[in-house]
Amino acid sequence: MPCPHTFMSFINYSGKEINCKIVYYGPGLCGKTTNLSYIYKRTSPESKGKLISLATETERTLFFDFLPLSLGAINGFKIRFHLYTVPGQVFYDASRKLILRGADGVVFVSDSQEARMEANMESIENLMKNLTEHNIDFDTIPLVMQYNKRDLPNVTPTSELNSVLNPRKAPYFEGVASTGKGVFDALKEIAKLVILDLKKRT
Amino acid sequence: MSDPGWVLHDGDFKLIEAELTKLADLANAKLTFLVDKDGHLIASAGDSRSIDTTSLASLTAGNIAASGGIAKLMGEKEFTFLFHEGERDHIHLSTIAQRVILVVIFDQRSSLGLVRLRVRKSGEALTKIFSAILSNSEKDRQEQETRSPFAAITEADIDRLFG
Repeated sequence: MPCPHTFMSFINYSGKEINCKIVYYGPGLCGKTTNLSYIYKRTSPESKGKLISLATETERTLFFDFLPLSLGAINGFKIRFHLYTVPGQVFYDASRKLILRGADGVVFVSDSQEARMEANMESIENLMKNLTEHNIDFDTIPLVMQYNKRDLPNVTPTSELNSVLNPRKAPYFEGVASTGKGVFDALKEIAKLVILDLKKRT
Repeated sequence: MSDPGWVLHDGDFKLIEAELTKLADLANAKLTFLVDKDGHLIASAGDSRSIDTTSLASLTAGNIAASGGIAKLMGEKEFTFLFHEGERDHIHLSTIAQRVILVVIFDQRSSLGLVRLRVRKSGEALTKIFSAILSNSEKDRQEQETRSPFAAITEADIDRLFG
């Protein structure tokens, strides 16, 4: 049985910094990397580090994407968010599990197309399994759902996505990551949940 | 058991920095730094101006995680150190107290043998420091002595982070 999740973030009282890790999870080609690319494009240079993508030659995520954000300070502490994506393709499960280590929050990006429903379900089950293996409780870790690709035809209604993928009723947003719709909504919400979770636990 | 989060106070930070500086001097290294296994940079010593240490921290943690995964598949507990040799600069990675990664970047002014020797010595000192930090973090949690910097935070404070 997983224990209630312990916060993983690193608080440096000397440097007055708090580092939090947020992981974008979801099936292959759902738009996790596109979320990070959009955030990178729309964030001012002084607030962001380099966007690192460990990808194949065909631009599929091989290990992870990484984007450090430094958004400002609360009570004199600099708040840094380290955003990671996992590789979505099923056979990269070992890598996904490694990246999930130490996560303070998860944004689950699902592909709204009807044809991808099964892949979404498989991915959320995989998230639950991998969190459990890290002794993180799926029911308590800060979680935000982003139902992506809402601009495409044949999308599943959000009510159905919620009923199948979101039994714990986490906050959800419709998204079109390629145009930025829902990208910052999901980021702001997960940042808020992670910080409030830290407040509760420290 | 999952690793709990932890807290670094000023006194501990100075001890770590002093040990990293000593290691950089004695190993003739360009740069030494410590990274949490989750990819957070803890402290560094030496000339880090030309290197993006945040990215380096994330990638070294990924590197150690991937190697640990390979070790498990091979039935090994872990690989004790990793070494990457470049044309000019080389990088040596090792795990301390099973929780943090000690990274040494060096060039032709040093050697792998010297770096390994000095890393072993510093590893012992850093293990002691981290054992104390981790046990104090646990005590902090239990006694709730560490006042959270978020104690009085409101949702409006968080909204302001995003302008």
